[in-house]
Amino acid sequence: MSEEIAKVKVTIDGITVEVEPGTSILNAARQIGGDIVPPAMCYYSKLEGSGGKCRTCLVKVSKGSEKDPRPMPKLVASCRTTVMDGMEVENITSPEVIEARKGIVEMLLINHPLDCPVCDQAGECDLQNLAYEHGAEKTRYEFERRTFDRIDIGDKVQLHMNRCILCYRCTYVADQITDNRVHGILGRGDASEISTYIEKAIDNDFSGNVIDVCPVGALTDKTFRFKNRVWFTKPVDAHRNCPTCSGKVTLWYKGEEVLRVTARKDQFGEVEEFICNTCRYDTKKTNDWIIEGPTHIDHTSVISSNHYEMAKPLPVIQKDQLLIEANKVEFDRATKI
Amino acid sequence: MARKLLLENINVPGINTFDVYRQQGGYRAVEKALKSMSPDDVVEEVKKSGLRGRGGAGFPTGMKWSFLAKPEGKARYLVCNADESEPGTFKDRYLMTYLPHLLIEGMIVSSFALGAKVSYIYVRGEMMPQIRILEKAIAEAKNAGFLGKNILGSGYDLELYVQPGGGAYICGEETALIESLEGKRGNPRIKPPFPAISGVWGCPTVVNNVESIAAVVPIINDGGEEYAKIGNGRSTGTKLISASGNINKPGVYEIELGLPVEEFIYSDDYCGGIANSKRLKAVVAGGSSVPILPANLILKTITGEPRLMSYESLSDGGFQSGSMLGSGGFIAFDEDQCIVRNTWNYARFYHHESCGQCSPCREGTGWMEKVLHRLEYGHGKMSDIDLLVDVAKKIEGNTICPLGDAAAWPVASAIRHFRDEFEWHVTHPKEALERNYGLANYAEFTNAI
Ligand code: SF4
Ligand code: FES
Repeated sequence: MSEEIAKVKVTIDGITVEVEPGTSILNAARQIGGDIVPPAMCYYSKLEGSGGKCRTCLVKVSKGSEKDPRPMPKLVASCRTTVMDGMEVENITSPEVIEARKGIVEMLLINHPLDCPVCDQAGECDLQNLAYEHGAEKTRYEFERRTFDRIDIGDKVQLHMNRCILCYRCTYVADQITDNRVHGILGRGDASEISTYIEKAIDNDFSGNVIDVCPVGALTDKTFRFKNRVWFTKPVDAHRNCPTCSGKVTLWYKGEEVLRVTARKDQFGEVEEFICNTCRYDTKKTNDWIIEGPTHIDHTSVISSNHYEMAKPLPVIQKDQLLIEANKVEFDRATKI
Repeated sequence: MARKLLLENINVPGINTFDVYRQQGGYRAVEKALKSMSPDDVVEEVKKSGLRGRGGAGFPTGMKWSFLAKPEGKARYLVCNADESEPGTFKDRYLMTYLPHLLIEGMIVSSFALGAKVSYIYVRGEMMPQIRILEKAIAEAKNAGFLGKNILGSGYDLELYVQPGGGAYICGEETALIESLEGKRGNPRIKPPFPAISGVWGCPTVVNNVESIAAVVPIINDGGEEYAKIGNGRSTGTKLISASGNINKPGVYEIELGLPVEEFIYSDDYCGGIANSKRLKAVVAGGSSVPILPANLILKTITGEPRLMSYESLSDGGFQSGSMLGSGGFIAFDEDQCIVRNTWNYARFYHHESCGQCSPCREGTGWMEKVLHRLEYGHGKMSDIDLLVDVAKKIEGNTICPLGDAAAWPVASAIRHFRDEFEWHVTHPKEALERNYGLANYAEFTNAI
């Protein structure tokens, strides 16, 4: 007897894919990849229970399944809707979806301070990218935006509640990665805010990951704050033998100096593996790391605006013959032009 | 006089005590169900009755019950939703205050039908007196052997608990209620899974409104078929209506579904007409979240049929010219009421009550409130009106729970039917601060849409 589970067929924007039963529409779309992947501001595959909140991933189900072909009456959150065999989904081919998504982006922005020029996240901000793609150039909102005081969450993280889009990701990190729950949501509606229950510092080894999961600049690394714009820094993959985490990180260089350390992100902006606070905050010397090579940056990102991957390899790498060997592929690519 | 099934004995002195309630024939349904019926018989009876959820959605109760998953070795729960907080709705509070034993009797029979060994009544936190009344009534029922172990020697055990609510409108949404019951923040859950599969503590759960559960008592006493004879079409039985606003006799009325709206408003048995001999301007027929209708459309449907108090008739014409029965919060407005101000008031409520999880509702409710506030206070612009329509459209249907719809509908419908009044607020800002628009020519206007 074969142990294969029957796969289910789903068609998204006319492209058919076979996936495991129980897969969400969003993850099925990610298996196809490309433009038809709905944007996800709150769903995070590594955080159980996340998703369903931001509504940017809304899609139209024009055929429920082979058995029950009726379309679903409303747009559904693709991150929390499981595929059925024979389901047909419209994302970018549906004007209704595009219109609704535009609406969601507008809603996300009405209380956002739009302070990108002074925000550390600018350049790698999911909200910025989303607004660039789906937003209107002008807001119709003419009222005062909600404001909060900045709060320090421990000595390394700062919470800028004004920028928060209440995706709840950081609270899930606090809940699931760290073992003590000290992070939560206070208040209701547009007055709700992320809280550590009255500024109680999170001193868990993995607390720094809230910075990486935050899609906007609400949670930023205080050791990096205002040091540089991300598009002036050069990301390099590196690892070290870390007793606490996988030790696989991205180092962000300016010249020969490591300005910050983050977890590695995949093409959907999610970290590959969570890293510990020691790697993130306390190991910022090149000697601490084994360099693997330049991080692949999507061509649409502003970080690659100066054709970063095509440019000369980093000085740190150039200096060391061993590293030059190890990074032959990158060197070849770089020297082709 | 119309038949009364729930409020029949409401005027009997001492009916809130166990002894008097029992003398009046109370707890007969428990005896009948536990001694002579199987749980499935009870479900069957409720299905036959055609009873539809009285909390607002109008989903058939018997059908909801039959969806309950029954996995081996897992507890099942019945939760009574007594978190009544929809503006304009106060029937459940009335019922719990004066007839607590009717609810408890319904809870016992329904729990028996569903095989629940533990059931909860989740009462809105602000209703402290009702919580005390229910707790006292539960103690009385327990003393008399109607709760606890081996009820009436049938071998069926049931514990009934009262849970004070967390103090938020959103906790009336069934999954938020379950979260709150479990001691968490009252955020609606993302469905699926539905409570029938995974509800309280991850176990299959049914959540029913107070009135739905109370209605199970007459259904079991007289039989589902008898119950289904009352009413009109698929709207069977009687319904409690909370009548308020500019009427002569505000209060809770039990009506047979299918009663003409006109009779309900003008008959002395019910609202007794519009107060101070004014004219009727508009009605919100089912609690603040349903679309508001101008007088002409509430009395007659767009095709000229008399409008009836029933699920179907009130929603006749869709949202273009109809509304919904909802939870039965009937609010009448006379010619002196300002629709803009009222809409702003509702918007303020929904803004305050949004849980803040999903972006369209969290941001959109506040936005609508601010724009309406500006219009009401004479700083509005003509473009604000279309802006409101658009924001409401962007919220509707795109949220996790129905609160988004509930916030969008009143705004969208007020503009649909009373656009001239909104425009007048823009063109006559000073005048709008001093006087109200009055009855105006809304009738012609609605025909144009
Ligand atoms: S602070 Fe960032 S991660 Fe946390 S809820 Fe807000 S936007 Fe999401
Ligand atoms: S990613 Fe699906 S709702 Fe946010």
